Order: sequence, then C-alpha cells, then structure tokens
Amino acid sequence: MVKDPQARIVNKKNWKSYFSLSLESPRIAAQAQSGQFIMVRVSAHTQPLLRRPFSIHSKSEKTVEIFFQITGLGTELLSQKKPEDSLDILGPLGKGFEAGKNLKGKDIALVGGGRGIAPLYFLSQKLRSYGATARIFYGGKSQDDLPLKEKFKEDGFDLYWSTDDGSSGFKGFVSDLFKTKLEKLRPERIFACGPELMMKKISLIAQEKNIPAEFSLESVMGCGFGACWGCVRRIKRDNREEWVKICEEGPVFSGNDIIWEEGDE
Amino acid sequence: MTDLSVDLGFLKLKNPVIGASGTFGYGLEFEPYIDLNRLGGFVVKGLYFSPREGNPPPRLVETPSGLINAIGLPGIGVKRFSEEILPRLQKFNTTIIVNVCGESNEEYASVVEFLDKHDGIAAYELNISCPNVEQDGLCPALSPEATFSAVSLVKKTSSRPIIAKLSPNVTDVVQIALSAEEAGADALSLVNTFLAMAVDIETRKPKLSNIYGGLSGPAIKPIALRITHQVAGRVKIPVIGMGGILTGQDALEYMIAGAKAVEVGTANFIDPESTVKIIEELREYCQKKGIDRIETLIGTLQA
Repeated sequence: MVKDPQARIVNKKNWKSYFSLSLESPRIAAQAQSGQFIMVRVSAHTQPLLRRPFSIHSKSEKTVEIFFQITGLGTELLSQKKPEDSLDILGPLGKGFEAGKNLKGKDIALVGGGRGIAPLYFLSQKLRSYGATARIFYGGKSQDDLPLKEKFKEDGFDLYWSTDDGSSGFKGFVSDLFKTKLEKLRPERIFACGPELMMKKISLIAQEKNIPAEFSLESVMGCGFGACWGCVRRIKRDNREEWVKICEEGPVFSGNDIIWEEGDE
Repeated sequence: MTDLSVDLGFLKLKNPVIGASGTFGYGLEFEPYIDLNRLGGFVVKGLYFSPREGNPPPRLVETPSGLINAIGLPGIGVKRFSEEILPRLQKFNTTIIVNVCGESNEEYASVVEFLDKHDGIAAYELNISCPNVEQDGLCPALSPEATFSAVSLVKKTSSRPIIAKLSPNVTDVVQIALSAEEAGADALSLVNTFLAMAVDIETRKPKLSNIYGGLSGPAIKPIALRITHQVAGRVKIPVIGMGGILTGQDALEYMIAGAKAVEVGTANFIDPESTVKIIEELREYCQKKGIDRIETLIGTLQA
C-alpha cells in the first residue's frame, strides 16, 4: 500500500465511452496482484471530492493500467487526462483473485460484463504465465461495449462474446452464452466481474455445476483502505452473515460467501 | 523553532491536529501512509459496549464538495478493541482518544467503566451526536437536558477527561454547549455532521439506505466555523473545532475563531496524509508570520 502523488500517464487509449490509462508507478506495479485496485484522485479540487476506485487492468515492471467507462463526473474528468499528466494514486489495495501456480494446466473460465472486464485482463496474463488455459467470456450491451475483444484475440485467448442487442456475437446475456458453452467445456474454476445480475447468474451456474467461482465486486468507496466502513457487502462468515468491507476483505470474494441482491431472476 | 503544542488544560497535545472519529478507523489503517507519532492525536472510531453491524449499504453518497454518510457506527465493541487494537496503539507516542457510543446513558457509562481499566487512552470523546443510529437523526445532543444527563453520568463514572461531541442539528448549539459544560465536560468537540439527504431522480429513491445521513466535508466548513466561534465565545472549557478541514488554512481559521485544537475528518479519505500535511502547513504559517507558539493565535479574531 503506497501513495504515489505523481504517477505519470504514459499511455492512453480510447474506444467511444471506454478508456484506458497506463500510469507510471514502479512501487505500486511491483506489489500489484490481479484483482487488486487503486484509488485515483481525479481532481485536485473538491469536486468530485473523493478518490475513485479502479481495478488494475494490467501491469508492467513500471506501470499499472486502469480501464474504465464514463459513468459520472469522476470518470469524465479522468477521461480528459492526457499523456504526461500525472495522477495521485493509492495502491495496490484489497485482496485479489486466488490464482496461483496450483492452476497450472487447468481450464479456467473468465467471465466479464461491460467494464467488469477490467481486472480479468490482468488475471488472464497471470493465468497464462502459470500455464493455465484461460477462456474469456465477454458480454456487453452492444458491439461498442466490447472494446477489448481484439486485444484478447490478438493475445490468442479462446474468446466467446455476446451482446444484449445481438449487434455482435451471441445475442443475449453473457451468462446465457456461458451456460450454453458449458455443454461442452468443463472449466475447473470461474473468475467473474460485471453487473450484479450477471455475477449472480454466473454464481448460480457455478453452484449448480459445482465449479469454484470468485467474483470481483464493485462499490462506491469513501477511502479504499478500510477507514470509512462505507463499502460494505453482505458476506457469509463462519455460518453467519456480516457486513464486510469490500475494500479490505475484497473486492474479490468466493461465490459461496456472497449474499446476492434480491430480484430480477 | 515553532512550538505547535496546545494545552487543553487536562491534556497537552504536541500539535493541534487530531484525526476525527469515524474517519480515522482505529488509527492503524493509516500506518502505511503516515507516521502516527507526528499527530497531535487521533480519535478512534466510535465504540459501543458490544460489536455492532451498522447500516445496510448504500452508506455513502457524494454531494458537491461534501459527503453524506450513514455508516451507522459499526464496530468491534470494547472487548475486542482492548484486546486486539489498544495494545498496538500503546506503542505510539501520540494522544489516543476513544469515541464512546451508547444506546442509553448506562451504555455510555459501561463503555467508559470497561475502558478505564486499560492503559493508553488519554480521554473519551462522548458521541452524543451521531445522526445515523436513530430515526430522524435523534441523539442526546439535540436537547440540553439529555446532553446534561449523559455527560454528568459519564463524568461521574470516568477516571479520564470527557470531551462532549456536539451536533449542529439544533436551533442553538450554545445552549447545548453550556449544558455539557455545566454537566462537567472537560472540553467540547464540534461539530458532528449535518443531517442531510440525496435523491436519485431516476428511481425516486433516497441515495442512502437510511434515507438521512450526515453531511461532512468542505461544504459544511463555513457553518461549522461559525458555530465553533459562537460556542468558543460562550464556554470556559476548551473547544475542539471541526467540519470540512482540508488544509492548514482551514485549521487556522478554526483556531483564530477560538478552537484550541481541530479534528480533521473527511480529508483523511481524500488523502491519508492530510493530517500530517496540515501540521506542516501550520508550521509554515507560524514561521512566515513570526509566531513562536501557535497557542498565541487561538481566539485572536480581530473585530
């Protein structure tokens, strides 16, 4: 956990409403694990007031990359930053995916919806380095919501994609696509990130098929390092349910432990 | 060499900057980012006697230059605090204050009675002003009588100094402050957050699960500063000012208006180094103005 007040933007990419920024921060990069996040101060002024959390999308020896969609003022201001600008960041924070060398040779499914694909790219690289086979299931509302499709393809991953409107790939939710593919594929582990309903559906499928699954949860955060208690989620702990801080004990949790929100079955 | 220390009478602080309860965790959360020994002190998150869950999410909503929270005082309770946290805080050379909560006057007293048996606590900040635990933000600090009875009972029970933390959600904070003083409070800290809300116009739902929460941050500073000035001019006990302090300049405004020390809250979320930066800015100001002792600045508002 390090504060880097001046992480220089060394690369910026843009696909319609999606952006990625590579930030030079050797100390944060050295510690970063897949599934962890950083807190970014998007303005030196008081509007917006708080930092914003972003999953680490990829890392190199000296940089960490974030990937985001414009969803409000914070991400809008962030999208206006240019290469050579610098950002005040804290990280790496939280507990990431439990993906170690024990996954060598295993078939792993990564399921991402919309901007939830962000942490799964970093994870895909890590799994590959461990000799695991990562298959990517990537869903979006329409073809413009799949900006990382080409990147995964170029890297040679098995990629399956869907759009809600059918403008590209399977028409429907990525959870439905995933279920269809499970008729033939037998992943031994699932890692997922995306909208609540998508993750809930994936979790149900995982439980039905008895496949261990981990999910990266999103939340508004006050601080990102456990001081404000603002980002809690209902989690099972020792046969009881508790409000658990996503920033500290997550953002990644086992599917068996997450209490999913009601409705929209 | 500028002397930044301030004397509250019952307690001497190495500088006037205190991490505010509810924004400073149990202190240890800030260890990766700052040297806690440099602080005037910090107030650990409010403790009830037993562990507490707090409110369901959403607990936070950001508003222009402000933050509304409805955390609801989750915490580990006094037993776990004394076993797991306090021993780790005792090694720091700074002033540790515990924020004391209760659903009744008896609970406030039982928290204090329990903690009195443990070393390493300099004072208790009596949280009679959290707006997030009862409906409509009810709390003892909304009435002079309830303030008097809570403070006087705890004062009788406690072997340590009592700082009463007051609410701004009243017609006249001065009346509450005078009650707390009369009940034996050793100091006052003010203000807690302003009862507030935000609405999602798409769903027409409140943005907080609790509907109401407490507004903090720079948005409240001018009002909190005015209240600090009003109260400091009427009570004899020291006043610790707070509300939207982000910078050394903010802290100086409070001190000039009459605060003997300040608590820094929401700023800790934005920048975990805030407290230490504010201390440095106070030092720079004193050096630039040729002020040898920062205490000489307190309450020097010019007519």
